[in-house]
Amino acid sequence: MNIFVCLKQVPDTESKIQIKSDSSGIETTGIKWVMNPYDEFAVEEALKLRDKLADGSLVNILTLGPKSRVADALRTALAMGADNAMMINAPENLDSNSVAKALSEVIKKESDVGVVFTGKQAIDDDCSQVSQIMAEYLNMPHATVVVKFEISGDKSHFTVEREVEGGALEVLQLQKPAVIAAQKGLNTPRYASLPGIMKAKKKEIKEIEFSSLGVSDTEIKIVNKNYQLPPGRPAGKFLDGDAGAQVSSLVKLLREEAKVI
Amino acid sequence: MSQILVFLEHKSGQIKKSSLELLTAAKNSGAPFDAIALGAGAKALAEVAGGFGAQSLFVSEADVLKTYNPEAYTQAVALVVKDKKPAVLLATASLTCKDLFPRVGAKTGNGVATDCTTLKLTGTDAQVRRPLFAGKASVEVEFKNSSTKIILMRPNALEAQQPAAGKSATVSEITVPPMDLKTIVKNVVQGASAKVDLTEAKVIVSGGRGLKGPENFKLLEELATVLGGSVGASRAVVDAGWVPHDMQVGQTGKTVSPSLYIACGISGAIQHLAGMSSSKVIVAINKDKDAPIFQKATYGIVGDALEILPLLTAEFKKLLQ
Repeated sequence: MNIFVCLKQVPDTESKIQIKSDSSGIETTGIKWVMNPYDEFAVEEALKLRDKLADGSLVNILTLGPKSRVADALRTALAMGADNAMMINAPENLDSNSVAKALSEVIKKESDVGVVFTGKQAIDDDCSQVSQIMAEYLNMPHATVVVKFEISGDKSHFTVEREVEGGALEVLQLQKPAVIAAQKGLNTPRYASLPGIMKAKKKEIKEIEFSSLGVSDTEIKIVNKNYQLPPGRPAGKFLDGDAGAQVSSLVKLLREEAKVI
Repeated sequence: MSQILVFLEHKSGQIKKSSLELLTAAKNSGAPFDAIALGAGAKALAEVAGGFGAQSLFVSEADVLKTYNPEAYTQAVALVVKDKKPAVLLATASLTCKDLFPRVGAKTGNGVATDCTTLKLTGTDAQVRRPLFAGKASVEVEFKNSSTKIILMRPNALEAQQPAAGKSATVSEITVPPMDLKTIVKNVVQGASAKVDLTEAKVIVSGGRGLKGPENFKLLEELATVLGGSVGASRAVVDAGWVPHDMQVGQTGKTVSPSLYIACGISGAIQHLAGMSSSKVIVAINKDKDAPIFQKATYGIVGDALEILPLLTAEFKKLLQ
């Protein structure tokens, strides 16, 4: 079967975010771009599934974004062991719906698609939407926040566990093909090997133009504007004295000054 | 003709507090509104919805909707949205609604804003902001090409009032067509604890490397129990396998905004600060007085968390008993 992983390139979690002077977006100069951390779990699960099936199934990586930078994330996935990589060369200002639509259009053209993996959310815009929207456009069942994934012996369905409120887990059975959004804890992503990195450099990346996919402007449903940094916090105070004195004054301040206890 | 639709979450007919927050916002908007509730016991919500002034409660307790099933719930909610075409749909940014509404949005051709933290709703004019990068920035959301604006609000972001007594919404059954579902919900495995989820906790006691080892997390548990709170953790200790990932606070964990956040032995990496900086009051306990966590702290104690924690627990016990 064809196993798909949709991934996104995002600013590294250590990035300090700064806003453009006209509030229209974030400053991208000096940002280090990495594969979205949740997408690493998606790639790893796809590789594990392929290796378990060992029946000629292939792992295909698909990403969307400006051609000038997104190839890096694809190379990382190829170095981890993915078979094929494709990129949709697209502008920056798309929303979850238009992105999911474009990704779905590409996947629809492929044959024998068994499963589409994504991360449970991208850590830049934190929308948590693309996998569910894709599932709707591809007419597949979906599961998000997945921490366990298994294929049935007859390869007709998947059993997954997903996190729900209060530390509980929900067990779902999904017919193949399905869209699966990975949560941290699903697996431990492998590091790229040196031979893997060398091989990945030589692999061809298929390029698709966003404009060729028939996704119209009316598919953009959400526009982000008026970017702001969070309000600063007033300066705090260090408490004096030995441990006992610090603790007494803390408890007193929390009750009488902050009034949170 | 109602203009706002409120999706209510409940447990066997017992409404969740976050849904009261949405009903309060709908009431205060001045626009006529309805509510929708699905699953076992949903009809019982007619009274509370009516108590806020909802006209109708669209409801189904059909077997296929008894518990949450992504496909079945999508179809049922989409039916109501397509039929009633509300200008605004309000739901909570819970794990369930974040799983459900993006798919409802795609099915009905509407935009969805998840995890919103501010909402100004006047009539059907909705001004919404949501955080990005786990709170390192925020944006105003503009909806386009959407007849219904689907807005998912974070719990605790809005004020909740109590319903007036003696008024009930008109119960309107949703006619659920036969469904050919590709998803079967097998069962729910309860976690080790039935504690309040971190995202809804009023008090969080969080631990990092400074706790020296997983065995010392019991010191956090003891303090959290006295304060009626939950226990969180930094990425470093989750990655080290000390505690499970659902306790992680930060950019690849949970974004939290409790009234009180007590950070013990956490230095304050930028990705951790992003996830907790909107807490009302922050207490930091750390040996290193230059640790970045102190820049966010309301109150700072320079000291060993292992020494301070038992003292703090004892002192709170005295106060609260």
